[in-house]
Amino acid sequence: MFELLKRGLSGGRPPRQLPAPRPLKPSYDVVIIGGGGHGLACAYYLARTFGITKVAVLEKGWLASGNTARNTTIVRSNYLTPDGVRFYDESVRLFRNLSHELDFNIMYGERGHLTLAHTDAAMRTARWRAEVNQHLGVDSSLVYPDEIARLCPELNLSEDVRYPILGALYHPPGSIARHDAVAWGYAQRAAELGVEIHTHTEVTGIDIQNGRVVGVKTNRGDIACGKVMQAVAGMSSELARLAGFRLPIRTIPLQACVSEAVKPFLDPIIVSGSLHIYVSQSARGELVMGGSTDPYPLYSTRSTLEFKEDLMMHMLELFPFIGRLRVLRQWAGMADMTPDFSPVMGLTPVENYYIDAGWGTWGFKATPVSGTCMAETIATGKPHRLCAPFSLERFYNYAQVGEKGAASVGH
Amino acid sequence: MPCPLNGPRNIAEFVYGGVVGAAPDPASVDDRAWAEYLFIESNTRGVVREWWFHAPTAYWFIAERDTATDEILKTYPASELGKASVESDA
Ligand SMILES: Cc1cc2nc3c(=O)[nH]c(=O)nc-3n(C[C@H](O)[C@H](O)[C@H](O)COP(=O)(O)OP(=O)(O)OC[C@H]3O[C@@H](n4cnc5c(N)ncnc54)[C@H](O)[C@@H]3O)c2cc1C
Repeated sequence: MFELLKRGLSGGRPPRQLPAPRPLKPSYDVVIIGGGGHGLACAYYLARTFGITKVAVLEKGWLASGNTARNTTIVRSNYLTPDGVRFYDESVRLFRNLSHELDFNIMYGERGHLTLAHTDAAMRTARWRAEVNQHLGVDSSLVYPDEIARLCPELNLSEDVRYPILGALYHPPGSIARHDAVAWGYAQRAAELGVEIHTHTEVTGIDIQNGRVVGVKTNRGDIACGKVMQAVAGMSSELARLAGFRLPIRTIPLQACVSEAVKPFLDPIIVSGSLHIYVSQSARGELVMGGSTDPYPLYSTRSTLEFKEDLMMHMLELFPFIGRLRVLRQWAGMADMTPDFSPVMGLTPVENYYIDAGWGTWGFKATPVSGTCMAETIATGKPHRLCAPFSLERFYNYAQVGEKGAASVGH
Repeated sequence: MPCPLNGPRNIAEFVYGGVVGAAPDPASVDDRAWAEYLFIESNTRGVVREWWFHAPTAYWFIAERDTATDEILKTYPASELGKASVESDA
């Protein structure tokens, strides 16, 4: 209390900055390519849990300028496959405590999450997910329009629309958070533990000798290293190409937009797989809205009119009264999409070269759990139990983790 | 999209059909190579040759597109694929 008063009156703030840029060292124990949430979280857990601190995170743009800065921040664990549910539920557990762990307010808000069903098939999938979720101890159930009206009175539940709402999968722990703060929090704490974070440092080549990685080339010079992890989202295939292997990934843009800010009216997060939309209201009052991925692969973050038209057509059916709300900003990220809507994590054909990719439209919610899993995988050389099902090898063993039912729309 | 059959049409009328590539012979291919063919992608950043489908007229054709700029360089009927000037990427 006294501390608060003193700070408040003096106008001073605790320092919230990363160390100033400095030259690259000639070598590191671990080099992490990609300074998004996943790379930074991994660096933090490597240092904190395993005491591995001679680590460099190399980011070609500014800190967390990729999909970490572009997502719609939905966190949930009501997935379809047991492997997915266990994995994402551990992430929800870590997220709940993350503001404390990092001493950095990530503005985690448990709003509740409704996945609307407009068809019998969608109702069936919702029931299936609820059963799997409950079996694994996740708070998730099927609700009908009377209950939906109580949870979200603003939603248009009229039957006189093109796609009437028949029910929904209700997931009370579903949350939103401040995405930038998650990256900044991990970055700051990792840096305090000795991790070096180098922005504007692009990896342009991978040095491999006898099947083992020994260094990376960058626009600021070459570095030797013991181990490397790539966590570069939409650029995953390009990096893997430099390391000499290919991935089950297509890079496809995912777009989103926000409206101007209005008074709070929408508490839960609303998703509809059939209508390909999701929406929540941010703490600032903006409606944060997204849809499905673009219809074809592209390495670009351009925005389109088609996206907005498709999105608003359905948005207006669910919330007719937002017709005069203006769109404030529109943007896109490059999503690294896998055919089974699950990530690619762990070992690669190159010794000591690890991968964290295939996060597509669903990876923000996995930031803490991917960090802990990849840190253990790198430190021990063996895949962490929770990420073992997501190995690259699964595609060669025909052992995909089919999250399609749960992941047809952004998440 | 300049459709070889219908001329320039709105991109929303077309469906993306994947990169052009030769399928291995299912009778002789081993499991690993078949998985590679089914799931693994080049995901090239640059000019690629792709299958596209004009939905209203149910017409498949080939487009050469730059996946970094979204520029469509060339489109032609699939029957031209066998010709000497165009060979497979995969
Ligand atoms: C519009 C949109 C909405 C989304 N909504 C959600 C959601 O609601 N919930 C959810 O869970 N997920 C969502 N996602 C997905 C989520 O944003 C991503 O999966 C997640 O942020 C990936 O984090 P990352 O750290 O792996 O990648 P990124 O944050 O993209 O970081 C990768 C970094 O690597 C850098 N890089 C690339 N190449 C190189 C190189 N050669 N050298 C050095 N650095 C390099 C890039 O500059 C980038 O900063 C959404 C994505 C988008 C685009």
